[in-house]
Amino acid sequence: MDFKLNDEQRMLEETVGRLVRDTYTFDARNKILESDQGFSADMWNQFAELGLLGVPFSEEAGGFNGGGPELMVVAEGFGRGLVVEPYLATVVLSGTLIDKLGNDAQKEQWVAAIIGGETRFALAAYEPQGRYDHTVVDTSAKKDGDGYVLSGEKAVVLHGDSADQLVVIARTAGNAGDRDGLSAFIVPADADGVTRKGYATIDGLRAAEITLSNVKVDGDALLGEEGQAIDALEATLDLALITLCAEASGAMEVACDQTLDYIKERQQFGVPIGKFQALQHRMVEMRMELEKVRSITMLAACSLDAPADLRKKRISAAKAQVGKSGRKVAEEAIQLFGGMGMMEETPVSHYAKRIVMIDHWFGDREYHLGVLETLIDVDDHAA
Amino acid sequence: MDINYTPEERAFRDEVRGFLNDKLPADIARKVKEHKRLGKEDTVRWQKILNEQGWLALHWPKEYGGTGWSPIQKHIFEEECAEAGAPTVLPFGVNMVAPVIIKFGTQEQKDHYLPRILRSDDWWCQGYSEPGAGSDLAGLKTRAVRDGDHYIVNGQKTWTTLGQHANMIFCLVRTDPDAKKQEGISFLLIDMEKSEGITVRPLITLDGEHEVNEVFFDDVKVPVENLVGEENKGWTCAKYLLTFERTGIAGVGASKAALAHLKQVAREQQVNGKPLIEEPHFRARLADVEMELMSLEMTNLRTVAAAEAGGVPGAESSFLKIMGTELRQEITDLFRRAAGPHALPFLPEEMAGDFEGPYVGPEFAASVASRYFNFRKLSIFGGSNEIQKNIISKMILGL
Repeated sequence: MDFKLNDEQRMLEETVGRLVRDTYTFDARNKILESDQGFSADMWNQFAELGLLGVPFSEEAGGFNGGGPELMVVAEGFGRGLVVEPYLATVVLSGTLIDKLGNDAQKEQWVAAIIGGETRFALAAYEPQGRYDHTVVDTSAKKDGDGYVLSGEKAVVLHGDSADQLVVIARTAGNAGDRDGLSAFIVPADADGVTRKGYATIDGLRAAEITLSNVKVDGDALLGEEGQAIDALEATLDLALITLCAEASGAMEVACDQTLDYIKERQQFGVPIGKFQALQHRMVEMRMELEKVRSITMLAACSLDAPADLRKKRISAAKAQVGKSGRKVAEEAIQLFGGMGMMEETPVSHYAKRIVMIDHWFGDREYHLGVLETLIDVDDHAA
Repeated sequence: MDINYTPEERAFRDEVRGFLNDKLPADIARKVKEHKRLGKEDTVRWQKILNEQGWLALHWPKEYGGTGWSPIQKHIFEEECAEAGAPTVLPFGVNMVAPVIIKFGTQEQKDHYLPRILRSDDWWCQGYSEPGAGSDLAGLKTRAVRDGDHYIVNGQKTWTTLGQHANMIFCLVRTDPDAKKQEGISFLLIDMEKSEGITVRPLITLDGEHEVNEVFFDDVKVPVENLVGEENKGWTCAKYLLTFERTGIAGVGASKAALAHLKQVAREQQVNGKPLIEEPHFRARLADVEMELMSLEMTNLRTVAAAEAGGVPGAESSFLKIMGTELRQEITDLFRRAAGPHALPFLPEEMAGDFEGPYVGPEFAASVASRYFNFRKLSIFGGSNEIQKNIISKMILGL
C-alpha cells in the first residue's frame, strides 16, 4: 500500500501546478470567461505543448500512458485553478471513448488530433428525458446504405457549443433504457442537420442543447461494433467521474484554504473571527469533508482495473461523497466569508459554484447512491 | 500510488486469519458477534491466547515483548480481529499505562509491571476524569501529598471503566496545588487491592449496564516508587498517551463488521412481505453509510501509511476519532431502526452470555437499543469530539 505519487506523477502534478499558479490567475480566468468561446485557445495550445492532452492515451498513440492516478493529479490541479478549458469533454469523454472503441484508422486520425490540440470534441450522450441515465437514449441511428442517419436531441452537452467534432451516442436497436443497442458515432459539429444552442453554465463552463435531424454520416463514423458501445461508454464515464471528483477535491482544497486565511484575517469584536469556537469547529468540519473526498477519490482513481462491479461501486461512492461533502464545504465557505462570500468579486464564490454544480454533472449524489444501492452486495474488502 | 496490499502484507493477513481461525474461542466470538455481555474471564482468556502467540502488545517495541509490527501490519491485525469477532483487548494496561512506563518509567517499574501486563496478572483501570475535570482534565483536584517515602492520596475519580474488576489504577494526581494547572500534576500507579482507603462504587449508565465506576481515595498511602516520571511532570505522560498509536481509533474494522451484520439483518427482516434491505429509505441510508465507511477507511489507511513512512500521526488522529465515532453511532442507529418495534423490549437477561432463549423478538434486536444508547459514549470519551475539533483547530489549522 502506497499513497505517494511516483516520479512521473509528481512531474505531472508540478507541470499542472506551475501552469495554473503562473497563468491561471483569478483575473486571467475572468477574462477567459468573458470571451466568446468561454475558454482560451492559447491555454489549450499550452496544454498540448506540455503533453497534458495526451495523459490517458498509450505511448504508441503519442500519449503519456496515464491511468486513474495520473488523471486525478491533472484534474486536481485544474480544480485548484477552476480551469474551464474543454479537457474533460475532449480528452476524457471523447478521446478515451474513441481510444476504447475505435479502429486503428479512427484512432490514428482522432486521438492524434486530440493530443496535438488540433481538434476539440464533445460527447453527446445524455438526453432531455434521461436526466443522469446514459441508457435513456432515444436518438436513433438508422442504417442508410453504407452509412447512418441520426435523429434526436441531446441535453447539456459539455462544451458542445464549441466542439469541432461530436461523439454522438445513438440507438441502433432496442428502446430507451436498454443497455444493448447503443452505438457511438463521430459527427462533425457543422454537419447538415446539426443544430446547437450554446450557453454558459453557472459554474463557468459552456454547454449546448443539440438537435440532430436526419444527420447523414458515413459507415466509418461508427466507433466499434454496432449496438455494443455500453461497456466502453460506462468505462469512459467512470473516468470522467474520477476526473470530476479530483477536480472537486482540488477546488475544495482551495476553498478551505481561502476560508481559513479569511477567518484568520477578518476582525470583528476586536479579534480575528477565527478565534470564535463556533467558526473553528465549522472550519474543522470543512477540512474533514475535504479529507474524505481526497481519500475516496484516491480509492476511485486506483480502482480502474478492479472488476467492473467493484469499480462502479467505488466510483459511484466517490461521486456521491463529492456531492455530499462538496455541498457542505461550499456552503460553509460562503457562510464563513459572510457578505463577502456572496460577492462575484470574491474568488471563493466561484469555487463554491463549481464545487456545488459538479454534483449536477454525470450524476448527482442521489443518482450515484442509487447506483451504490444496486451494488450493495458487492464485497469491498480493501485491497 | 497503489491502494492494494503488497504480497508480504497479504501473506501477513493470511497468517493472522489462520491464527484467528485456530485460536479464537468460538464461544467468545459468538458473544462478541451477538453483542452479548463479556465477562472479565472472557477478556483475560483471549489476552492469554494472544500473549502466548506474542501478539498482545501490539504497540510495544520488540525488546519489551511487543510485536514490533509496522503500522500497516497493526491495521491489518485490528481489522481481522474485528471481522473474526475477537473481543477488544483491555486497553488500560497494555495500550495505555505500559507505553507510559516504557517511555518514562524506571527499570524497576518496567521489570515489575510489563511482564505482569503481558500475563494479564493485573487488571488496570484509568484514573483520569473527576467530577470537576472532564474535558478540562488539567482541572483535576485529587491530591497527593508527599509524606516520607509515601504519597497520601485524597480525592475522587470517575467514569472509571471496568474499575470493578481492577486491582491497579493509574492516576493523574495534583502534587503541587500552587503551580499552574498543568504543571502540578503527577502520574501515579496505585494498587487497589493492597491499599487501604479506596472505595469503588458502580455508576449505572442509561442502558442499565455497569461499565463505569467512581473511585474514592481516602488517605490512601502510595509508595513513592509508584511515581512514573518526575514529580509534577505527569501532564507530559498524559499528553504522550494522547498522541500514542491512535491510528486504530477510527474503528474501521468494527464498523465494517457491524455493517456486514446490519446488511444480513436487513435481508432477513421483512417489511410488508419484502426484505427490509429493499425498503428505499433504509437502503439509501445503508448506502450512505457504506460510502462514508469507504472514505473513512481510505483516510485511515492514508494516516497509517504516513505513520509507516515515519510521520507521527498527531492531530490527524483527531479527524479519525470524529469520523469513526460518528459512523459507528450511525450504524447503531440503523440497527435500532432495523429492529422496528422490537427495539423496545428491555430485557437485560437476553444480553447475558449464556442466555439460550427464547427471545421476545428477533435475536439481534435484544441489544440494539441498549447499544445505541451505550454508543453515545463514543463521541464523549477519549477526548470528546468537540475537544478533538479544538485540537485540530489549534494544531492543524493554526487558529
